[in-house]
Amino acid sequence: MSAFLSIRNLSVALKGGPRLLRAVSLDVAVGEVRGLVGESGAGKSMIGKAVLGILPHSVEVVAGEIWLDGVDLLRLKPAERRRKVGATAALIPQDPLTALNPSRRIGRQITDRLVDILGWTRADAESRALELLGEVHIPDPARVMHSYPHELSGGMRQRVLIASAFAAEPRLIVADEPTTALDVTVQKQILRLIAQMQARHGTALLFVTHDLGVVSKVCSSLSVLYGGLVLEQTGVRDFFRAPQHPYSRALLAATPQYTDPMAGLNPVPESVIAAVTEEVAQADRGWRHG
Amino acid sequence: MLDARGMIKRRLGLRLWLSGGWLLLLALAAILAPWIAPHDPLMQDLFTSRLPPFWMDGAEPGYWLGTDSLGRDVLSRIMHGARVALIVALIAGTATALIGATLGLIAGYFRGWADLVISRMVDIWMAFPPVLFAILLIAVMGTGLTSVVVAIIVIDWTRFARVVRAEAMSQGAMDYVASAQVAGQRRLGTMLTEILPNVLPTIVALLTLEMGIAVIVEAILGFVNLSVSTDSPTWGGMIAEGRASVHRAWWVLVFPLITLFLTVLSFSQLGEGLKDRFDPVLR
Repeated sequence: MSAFLSIRNLSVALKGGPRLLRAVSLDVAVGEVRGLVGESGAGKSMIGKAVLGILPHSVEVVAGEIWLDGVDLLRLKPAERRRKVGATAALIPQDPLTALNPSRRIGRQITDRLVDILGWTRADAESRALELLGEVHIPDPARVMHSYPHELSGGMRQRVLIASAFAAEPRLIVADEPTTALDVTVQKQILRLIAQMQARHGTALLFVTHDLGVVSKVCSSLSVLYGGLVLEQTGVRDFFRAPQHPYSRALLAATPQYTDPMAGLNPVPESVIAAVTEEVAQADRGWRHG
Repeated sequence: MLDARGMIKRRLGLRLWLSGGWLLLLALAAILAPWIAPHDPLMQDLFTSRLPPFWMDGAEPGYWLGTDSLGRDVLSRIMHGARVALIVALIAGTATALIGATLGLIAGYFRGWADLVISRMVDIWMAFPPVLFAILLIAVMGTGLTSVVVAIIVIDWTRFARVVRAEAMSQGAMDYVASAQVAGQRRLGTMLTEILPNVLPTIVALLTLEMGIAVIVEAILGFVNLSVSTDSPTWGGMIAEGRASVHRAWWVLVFPLITLFLTVLSFSQLGEGLKDRFDPVLR
């Protein structure tokens, strides 16, 4: 298996309830940037959370395998899994406002994992953190290291989070809608920054988003989800040239065209929704809560 | 804008200083009571019974706040009563906070069966009327400082457990907790570095509030003669005794009542002030 992350038939369900992910399989190769696209509730964030082991309390994995760097995470003991994930993967969270601990200084929050997981000395970790903050274009990194999160703007915080995600040189980063909570102008800078950092460090990226425009800018491949079902997986170029699944086509057609302000919005047609809903129901046939 | 902020800051400061000042004064009076109290709080003298406070006709010099029906000096008794009140507030308040907050943190962060057990216990506890519960406990254990402290812990740990649990749950849903977990931090470590510092301001505010409540509970127990012991004066005991002669000597009732009121108020105000001080966003 050449993929760095390989998810096989992963099903995640509400405890005692319906499935949220329906036998999802997808691969991310070393250094690949894969977009996970779908509307809200499609389960795209859930995939990233399952990989990182941060599913909400009300949700559990009911079937499947998650191979990360040659080991099936779901077969590891909790402590082993934490260590494995901590050493190989990282998260760029959605909302920079809640993603930093408000009562601890920025520096500590970046260096913690280097000290805890990789066993660095605090001094080494601090010089590395300074270097990284420079790399994400933060002016006066030394001052920021001593700041509390509320002293920074949203964009600055997202830069800090990106620096922090790349700090331990993870080989996979899950970016969970990293730009949705930001101003449009800042979004563009942050996207460019993530792409830059990814290229420089050669990190594989699982990029969760609902914005096809974002996908076209940063991703090399994508998976389209609906109702926890993967509908289509393909390279970005192929997708934008000729999407295969009717829902993908409708989704692409629904992307607003900023060039023509008079053109209305094209919502996904009811018939397409009915067809994918039927597809989801089909997937559930024969499945019973374990 | 800047002026408004400055004023808010000054107001907060004033509140903190006033309440802290009163509590400090009280603490000094309590600690130094054996040396600075004008009279022996237990000494009875029927020739000086029901003397009014110093500004009224018939007051005797040296009896600033008057005397009770047995001729005991009210000021001296309030000072000695402060010893019991403050010791109970400190020990019972802190112990209640430690126990309740720990259980609340565990329930709110770890969830699962731990939460189930702790939450059910809280539910059951809340069904008991607290003061009756305390009186029952002391009736079983006997009077004394330990009994009073234990009674307060037993009836009031749920206050901390409930609030801290809710707070820990909302903190636990924050992205920075997820990040810490992804970074491989152990669950217990996450609880201590990510959750606890953010719950701490709430715990501090609750703690001082709890100290005020402990003072009240001690007074209630003193009122029904179940506090520390009969031969050391307590505010609750004084209020009970003063009640009998309120028409002839109101000061025996009113002065301990005012002291009690100011003390409880100061504790809660101190809590609010400290909470703001502890909050990195407001600091």
